[in-house]
Amino acid sequence: MSDAAVPVARAPTRRAAPRGARIGRIFEGLCFAAATTLLVALGGLIASLVIGGWPAIHKFGLGFLFSTTWNPVTDEYGAAGPIVGTLVTSAIALLLALPVAGGVAFFLTELCPAPLRQPIGTAVELLAGIPSIVYGMWGLFVFAPLFSKWVQMPMMMAAKPGSLLEKLTEGVPNGSGILSASIILAIMILPFMAATLRELLLTVPPAVRESAYRLGATTAEVVMSVTLPYVRTGAIGAVMLGLGRALGETMAVTFIIGNSHGFPKSLFDSGSTIASTIANEFAEATTEMHGGALVYLGLVLFVMSFAVLGLARLMLRRQAIRL
Amino acid sequence: MSVSAARVVRRRLANLTFEVFCWVVTAVALVALAAILWSLVRQGVGGLNLDVFIKSTPAPGSPGGLANAITGSLMMCLLAMAMALVVGVLSGTWLAEYGGHSTYGSVIRFLNDVLLSAPSILVGVFVSEILVKPFHTFSGIAGAVALSLLAVPVITRTTEDVLLLQAQTLREAGVALGATFSYVIRQILWRSARSGLLTGALLAFARISGETAPLLFTALNNQFFTLDLRHPTANLPVVIFNYALSAYDDWRRLAWAGALLIAVAVLAITIVARILAQEPKRS
Repeated sequence: MSDAAVPVARAPTRRAAPRGARIGRIFEGLCFAAATTLLVALGGLIASLVIGGWPAIHKFGLGFLFSTTWNPVTDEYGAAGPIVGTLVTSAIALLLALPVAGGVAFFLTELCPAPLRQPIGTAVELLAGIPSIVYGMWGLFVFAPLFSKWVQMPMMMAAKPGSLLEKLTEGVPNGSGILSASIILAIMILPFMAATLRELLLTVPPAVRESAYRLGATTAEVVMSVTLPYVRTGAIGAVMLGLGRALGETMAVTFIIGNSHGFPKSLFDSGSTIASTIANEFAEATTEMHGGALVYLGLVLFVMSFAVLGLARLMLRRQAIRL
Repeated sequence: MSVSAARVVRRRLANLTFEVFCWVVTAVALVALAAILWSLVRQGVGGLNLDVFIKSTPAPGSPGGLANAITGSLMMCLLAMAMALVVGVLSGTWLAEYGGHSTYGSVIRFLNDVLLSAPSILVGVFVSEILVKPFHTFSGIAGAVALSLLAVPVITRTTEDVLLLQAQTLREAGVALGATFSYVIRQILWRSARSGLLTGALLAFARISGETAPLLFTALNNQFFTLDLRHPTANLPVVIFNYALSAYDDWRRLAWAGALLIAVAVLAITIVARILAQEPKRS
């Protein structure tokens, strides 16, 4: 404060200028240090995952990724179950959420009556901020019983012995399992993806849309051949951002996936994801190897989600969109 | 002629299908999300009473509340915000005003964007490795550090964005009057960007107040009321997680009440932040 008042009041005396400059340099240094903290935090995160997981990395190597054993008693660990669980639930969630999120975004930008546009848009954005533990609880207490009664039971009844459907619907119909977790995950990433896609579509210049309409294009054609291609790269980025969220999501999944370590055999079978396994066991891991295996799992998740998120960010940046 | 008529019909039909699909899908999505909020309110309100705010978490079967968890959550979130605000505002300022155009600046910005949606459970593992294992005890401080790591990227991002929105003439005017650049940043830019900075802080606060995964193995949980963050500290998300998965009805009721509290708090903070963000339409 005084550092600037002084040079203004007493013109260029010999003391004032260096003092202001020194404070300026200190301030810039502080800002630089703060920015570097981000780099340090990320570096520390990677280092701690490698160091913490070292016993397991050293013992199991890359075979960890392909083994399905998970036995704390004999201290044998393999990550194939949780890895496949993570990939399968995220993929199904994305498949379910993408068309719906697209539909909501198209609806909000093209079809929605003007007075409803803002309220619905805001509601979707607000829902994107609801903590995921709420989705998880709802999944466990409300969704699972209904899903068991109205979907799992009828499908298992309908499945003919020996058919593909029977293989897919094996398991205990208690409402939890791979498919249930995927659906909850889809509901959770839906508002986020819809809000992001809507934001992207709103960046299309009105003139582009309007010319398309004026040339006689139908709403579907405007969306599919004009506005969506216009934001293509960004849209792929937004979808991958959603995928990144799904991969690392913990609470929405842990409640309802059933938490068994084996390789999931069917859609209704209980399973686990990397995040749910860590959430369930990390605080109670007793042996060094158990803890190490969990941290190693974390490292695998880190690599997966950072590849996806990094790619997503690069694509969004090419669209010059910051979300 | 008939060919083009058929084509018109086909296009109309395709368009109708598309529009119906969009309507239906939006309706389904909104109904599903409304159903979630509705069951949250219905189940949560049933568990809410004065005890929730003044008594600590009970043993199954005895009366109790969430006072210790609410206090613990508030303390950790506030401590986390204090740390995150310092780091986030300064680093956002650096990106906007000093080094944003350098290669290093774009690397930092990229990493920040990635951290923005990084799996929060990994942050929990990281903090547990550096602050829990060496000290052999779970602690509220570790929980607060984990939460602050999640808040920093949000604050950095919003700080950079609102500073870049400030008029270039503002900087030039300040420097022309003889102020040093750091003085201009602190006294002019930060002030004129005040509501934007506050919005960022509130959004970060909303983000961390519902985070569960990073607290599971940093703050852990505590059955008793404590103000000492050097020990395991009760917090709403972990209590909700434990109680929801328990077999006792009264615990589950408390879990619903806690979930409702968190959801309402998050929504309220987000709404306030949005109102603040809309306000500054001055110049």
